[in-house]
Amino acid sequence: MTTAIIYSAVLVSLAWSFAKDRTKTRQALATSAKSLVNLAPGVLIVAGLVGLVIGLIPGEVISAHIGPGTGFAGTVIAAFAGAVALLPSLIAFPLAASLLRAGASVGTIAAFITTLTMVGFVTTPFEAKQLGLRFTLWRNALSFCFALIIALVMGVIL
Amino acid sequence: MKEQKSVVRQFMPAVLMAAIYIALLAFSPVAGKQVLSVSMSYFKEMVLIVPAVAVLMGLFDVWVPKHLIEKYLGSGSGIKGIVLAIVFGTAPTGPLYVAFPIAAGLIKKGARLSNVVIFLGTWAALKIPQIAVEIRFLGLGFSVARFALTLVAVILTGFILEHVFASAPEVNRRRDPNEIV
Repeated sequence: MTTAIIYSAVLVSLAWSFAKDRTKTRQALATSAKSLVNLAPGVLIVAGLVGLVIGLIPGEVISAHIGPGTGFAGTVIAAFAGAVALLPSLIAFPLAASLLRAGASVGTIAAFITTLTMVGFVTTPFEAKQLGLRFTLWRNALSFCFALIIALVMGVIL
Repeated sequence: MKEQKSVVRQFMPAVLMAAIYIALLAFSPVAGKQVLSVSMSYFKEMVLIVPAVAVLMGLFDVWVPKHLIEKYLGSGSGIKGIVLAIVFGTAPTGPLYVAFPIAAGLIKKGARLSNVVIFLGTWAALKIPQIAVEIRFLGLGFSVARFALTLVAVILTGFILEHVFASAPEVNRRRDPNEIV
């Protein structure tokens, strides 16, 4: 679905660009080829890390630690789990809903979803390559802290 | 020759990763196969999207003039820049790793750092299609509360990061101006 949208956008833009200026379009594609070479190592590393993390830590282990009765410690663990995990939202939200039904608190679920989306442990090498290591560490650390704050506030208001 | 050498160096971590996988497969074939199948499915997903992103980046580089980005997302863009960064971020587009090269491109073209961080944050956590799924599974109340709080958090993160990098904007300077993405 997302892929279809992206590729339609690419085709439309390419057609538009080609109709407007061929030389510029060729120049753009040369740049694209160069970026592809730059992006390739990151893709390999991230795919490798994702496999190691998701493949070696079973889902039952995660839910056992953030389930009912785990309190704020459970929330912090959920935040870490979210930071490390890489799940598509189509899977993450049903999973979060099932954890909620199983007795996890609203705060714990909020922490999990927030770090899942905003903090990317396994994508760190890729982000650092594009934006610098210092930027990456700051952005992820701040997002992690805010995730815990969001979890606390949501636990109070909901 | 020098160019070739740097390409080889770029792929060194990937070679290291392959070595870990080979070791894992030899040491524990069951776990190794499971890990490999997860990483392969993720790899396929990325391979599908990354070339499209590269093409868009190339077009962006050629067609979007620096002064436009500076005007709409640069240091004088104010509230409008923030709103624009949020609109860009919430648009239905790919996963977060797609946004990193775009963010790097925006910085290179003179966008304000806080706006780039806001763009990344909304892209990550507040995408419209994602919110629809969230409402369906976790309820409107949860979704609205998370949206509002995350928006505040993302904007604050943007300003804090800008403050941190005000003295040493390595993100702007670290790249060779001839190198793209």
